Amino acid sequence: MSNERKLTVARAGREALMWEMQQDESIFMIGEDVLKFGGVFGTADGFGEMFGADRIIDTPISETGFMGLATGAAMAGMRPVVELAFIDFIGVCYNSIVNLAAKHYAMSNGQVKIPMVLMVGTGGGYNNGAQHSQALHACLAHMPGMIIVAPSNAYDAKGLMHSAVRSDNFVVYMGQKRTAGIGFLGTPIPTSIAAVPEEPYAIPFGVAKIAREGKDITLVGLSWTVHQCLQAADILEKEDGISAEVIDPRTLVPLDREAILKSVQKTGKLVVADEDYQSFSFTAEVIASVVERDPTALKAAPIRVANPDINIPFSRPLEQAILPTAARIVAAARTVLNS
Amino acid sequence: MQPSSEQRIKMYEMIVTSREFDDQVMAIYYADKTPVFDLGAGRIPGEIHSSHGHEACGAGTIIQLTKDDAITSSHRPHHHVVARGIDLKPFAAEIFGKATGMSGGKGGHMHLYSPEHNFSSSGIIAEGMGPAAGMAMAYKMQGKPGVGVSFMGEAAANQGAFHEVMNLASIYQLPYICVIEDNNWGVSVDKSTSTAVARNSDRASAYACHGEYVGTNDPDDIFVGMHRCLERARSGQGPSILELKTYRLQGHMLGDPMPYVPQEEKDAFIDCTVSYRAKLIAEGVLTEAQADDIVARAVANVTEAIAFAEDSPYPDVSAAFENQYVA
Repeated sequence: MSNERKLTVARAGREALMWEMQQDESIFMIGEDVLKFGGVFGTADGFGEMFGADRIIDTPISETGFMGLATGAAMAGMRPVVELAFIDFIGVCYNSIVNLAAKHYAMSNGQVKIPMVLMVGTGGGYNNGAQHSQALHACLAHMPGMIIVAPSNAYDAKGLMHSAVRSDNFVVYMGQKRTAGIGFLGTPIPTSIAAVPEEPYAIPFGVAKIAREGKDITLVGLSWTVHQCLQAADILEKEDGISAEVIDPRTLVPLDREAILKSVQKTGKLVVADEDYQSFSFTAEVIASVVERDPTALKAAPIRVANPDINIPFSRPLEQAILPTAARIVAAARTVLNS
Repeated sequence: MQPSSEQRIKMYEMIVTSREFDDQVMAIYYADKTPVFDLGAGRIPGEIHSSHGHEACGAGTIIQLTKDDAITSSHRPHHHVVARGIDLKPFAAEIFGKATGMSGGKGGHMHLYSPEHNFSSSGIIAEGMGPAAGMAMAYKMQGKPGVGVSFMGEAAANQGAFHEVMNLASIYQLPYICVIEDNNWGVSVDKSTSTAVARNSDRASAYACHGEYVGTNDPDDIFVGMHRCLERARSGQGPSILELKTYRLQGHMLGDPMPYVPQEEKDAFIDCTVSYRAKLIAEGVLTEAQADDIVARAVANVTEAIAFAEDSPYPDVSAAFENQYVA
């Protein structure tokens, strides 16, 4: 339909958050640069004027402090949305995240809920060096007590934001920076832009999406690497006549292991792509999940396309070489298919 | 404001109840860890940071809090639980890891939750400050009267969270009080070794907030200091740091004989159960017989709670998997 409204990931997520804030006065935002700047990655663009300084609260650079405050506010009946621009910064508030927000519900045996959303920008590929380019998916996903969503496109970004804000759980909302489609990071990735209904809708946690149907090989990506998988599938189709299926789990925790298995049972071949470090990671978890459930599903050894366990280099050719790009995914797929 | 006679008697009851609780816990703890001390052995396993000596700090402050106020306690939480008036039975049962405990045995001695009392504790040093200030922020946003109060030791003031939260609480003018119980020892490191200032309450000037120091471990004096902090919090004058000199009569945790504490320092310890009793009797607030009655009641209540904990079943193993996420 030509009159379908298309949005970027950042605008779609923002629309959902804005709608929820208009409905529920207990929702407030707290974090660095939210009031006047609208969030470094546009997550709260214009919210300062819309909701005022009482609900869009700028903080000093005190991450463990404001993460703790938000946790307390959630304990006392508010629904905080915390903005932490870069996931790299979890290092300075990891304790508040994993020992407070992620533990109160379980340690209290369900008596204390933390209905809080933590928004983090992830990933690199724009030459920002080793401290501002990490994906760090596993650093949070490894720890129990958090729901983690990682939308790859605008439609999912909106639906998952509605679900995140409405959830009584502590939810981490990961937005890959180059997937967001924001002004200072170049042209948006075409497949990240999607038709987005005006009305609110919620996407359930733990339900993967088949981003592209295929029959010869399964490509699993997350957030930005979903788009790399889609590009790889195009190349494989054109150059090799191969039909690749692309799975987008959409949420990291809970992970839709069954949907991944189902695809692999169909194709027998698997490549997993992730921007995070390779070892002890999303890619490892996906392969383990498949093998544990059905050791006969894989007809060839799977390949992981991830950061090869090195600190991310600044220099463009160096960073580009270690990113899990479509070219690397294509090469991996060909190896799997030819083995 | 000075405490009334009724409040003073109540504080004495809090103090001796907490002490009796810790005494009975300690007796069971050591009985089951003899002759081989194994932290994981016996009816009460794991670390126990008893409140022996700190009881005055809980009584003099918490007696003035209403149900609207919120408390976050530390790894040394027993005297706060008792002063808050939380039922001793689920409290004891939680420490035994029983199904009838405050969190069905899933929290343990450092992680105690009672939402109806706006009470929680956390074992990570100084990290109770953020949530207490955050609850204070929520009350302010909601137009509710509550004050957030966090408790911690003097060594916790050297954590980064202390600086971050005090600054945040001051810039947002939150109704928040950071109570510091200064027993002079962060495990085995003494305050003069760890801390650049003699009094952490002096740090209040760095946050343009109110600081109080009470050096007597006397519940009445603590009451007065806390009252000033509460008045400020309740009238929109922002946060305070209230530092209370106290004494850790046992080690950092049970099983720590604290050989690092000089004998002359131990000799100067003020045991508030003894000093406050003597004071109340000397001032005619209590007779010896009345004081004995209060102690007898405390012994009976604690004995009953410990028996309840001992008699309670362990949780079913399936409980480990429950309440991980809100359904």
